[in-house]
Amino acid sequence: MTVLLASEVPTRLVRLAPVDIVIVVFYFALVLSIGWYLKGRANTGEDFFMAGREMTAWVAGLSFLSANLGALELMGWAGSAYQYGILATHWYWIGAIPAMLFLALVMMPFYYISKTHSVPGYLKLRFGEPSRALSAVSFAFMTVLMSGVNMFAMAKVMQIVLGWDINFSIWVSSLTVAIYVTLGGLRSAIFNEVLQFFLIWAGALLIPILGLYEAGGWTNLKLQIAQRASDQYVHLWSGLGSFSNNPMGINWVGIVFGLGAIISMGYWTTDFLVVQRILAAKDIRSAEMAPIIGAGFKMFVPIIVILPGLLGLAVLPEKLVPESVAAITGGHSYNDVLPLMLARYCGPGLLGLGVTALIAGFMSGMAGNVSAFTTVWTYDIYRPFFNSKASDHHYVNMGRWTTIIGVLISVGTAYLVMQFASIMDYVQALFSFFIAPLFGTVVLGMLWKRATSAGGFWGLLCGTLSSIGMWAWVKVDPSALRYVALSPHAKGLAQDMFQALWSFVVCVTVTVVLSLATKPVPDSALQGLVYGLTEVPSIGEVAFYQKPVFWAAVVTVVFLVLNIIFW
Amino acid sequence: MISIWFFIGISLAVNGALILGAGIYQLLDPPPNPGVVLFHLHANLWWGAALLLFGLIYCFQFAPKRSS
Repeated sequence: MTVLLASEVPTRLVRLAPVDIVIVVFYFALVLSIGWYLKGRANTGEDFFMAGREMTAWVAGLSFLSANLGALELMGWAGSAYQYGILATHWYWIGAIPAMLFLALVMMPFYYISKTHSVPGYLKLRFGEPSRALSAVSFAFMTVLMSGVNMFAMAKVMQIVLGWDINFSIWVSSLTVAIYVTLGGLRSAIFNEVLQFFLIWAGALLIPILGLYEAGGWTNLKLQIAQRASDQYVHLWSGLGSFSNNPMGINWVGIVFGLGAIISMGYWTTDFLVVQRILAAKDIRSAEMAPIIGAGFKMFVPIIVILPGLLGLAVLPEKLVPESVAAITGGHSYNDVLPLMLARYCGPGLLGLGVTALIAGFMSGMAGNVSAFTTVWTYDIYRPFFNSKASDHHYVNMGRWTTIIGVLISVGTAYLVMQFASIMDYVQALFSFFIAPLFGTVVLGMLWKRATSAGGFWGLLCGTLSSIGMWAWVKVDPSALRYVALSPHAKGLAQDMFQALWSFVVCVTVTVVLSLATKPVPDSALQGLVYGLTEVPSIGEVAFYQKPVFWAAVVTVVFLVLNIIFW
Repeated sequence: MISIWFFIGISLAVNGALILGAGIYQLLDPPPNPGVVLFHLHANLWWGAALLLFGLIYCFQFAPKRSS
């Protein structure tokens, strides 16, 4: 995602009226009230870390989506839509929907019936302690750092948009998250994420409605974009035949295989930040339905993210520029497009709701990071390596303290980034190193019974190292991108796609070769963990319209139709 | 336990009422310089009313006594 930074602070974009401030304050009061109300329902490990495994499909599904719908996601991709046009929608459609459906129908049964607390926990069951340790330590470390990076970026946005002091934004938002997650655990995080989901839509949906009214409808909008930018800004696929035919500098191979088959699969099926919400579902049918419900809503998120960016291209009088240029000229950058559109249409009251949507987006992402970090630290690092025989009560207390400490580390990271801005780029790159290889390891573990512990561990390690190697190679010699992405016309985003693709290939190759060279694991040790050796529990006798596979088919049809319409 | 949907109802209803109130105030006493385009559509009036309506429906449907 584009980095949301500006070294100089321009004049604030908007000024809040008293009613706007009341709306923002009411939001903070409500989320804290929910945390307070739920504090008595987080007394056991299952309650605190897994929300009692009693979430309905709707609650788990909306929370699953909301944990990903952070404010930087909203503003960053609105900016990308302004910069690259409708191509940015790929990150919401092919870059999400197939992976979410794959998670629901193929992977969720294994996560669910193994009763694991986490993705590293599944790796422990399937590949043993070394794989879990590698995955858990890297995830915990990166999650809490990412949380801090996002916190700083959000505080910077609040400074630019509202003129708020950075320290105020960091401490108020992080302490609020710390309080409600510490009090109510994952249940509190999930409840607030669902609330935040509604607020994000309520606060952001008016922009595309009024924007389309001003632009004269979709057809007129396309004409205006073609005049002001290029016809390729409104086509999803037709310009992807080559790297040089589209504003993103990528081709269909990178989008389909790099983004659709690897990066999105890795993120949506193995990133514990989102998978944790599904593990809290009350039964197997809810666990399968939750990602499908999430996918159904995910398809329409471009209405509140991509469309405002495209509308900005057509209706904003000024031309937005990259961050680096904006920092010098004092103008507005691509990433300011969403707040600019908010300020363009939203008067008193609506502005407060829009700002609340941004704050809610940020806090839902942070709560997701913190609750996932807490679970992985307690169950996958602290319990196996430091104290394996403590009581359940002890681990709940450890979870509460870890929540507070995780937030404090995030705050520390935020201040570190404030001093050394380049850390932000490194942390975001570091996070991407683990996604693709982890997907290779987990999916082979679930679908191929011949995969062994040694194969799993070394495949994960080699895949990660290869990703780091490619990134370092391009960092030292930018011209190396032509080799990584297979084209001299490739641009930055293409590097991410192809780096993921190659690291996945390395992971799978090493895993397969080493597994074939080592002693097979007996079938009896793989029951409940591997396809073909596991009896997936029935969802029961339900009508066809209550079956996950029916709704997955509906989502698939809508997904295909949308891609054809905007081809 | 109070349903999450009840909390969402409260949130939408309160926000809707505040936005609707701001919209009515602006309708009765229009500012000389509204500062937003399409001011004549009075978006805060109908958007606030819609949020209030949805919020009240959720509050009623998922009220603690009713849903328990």
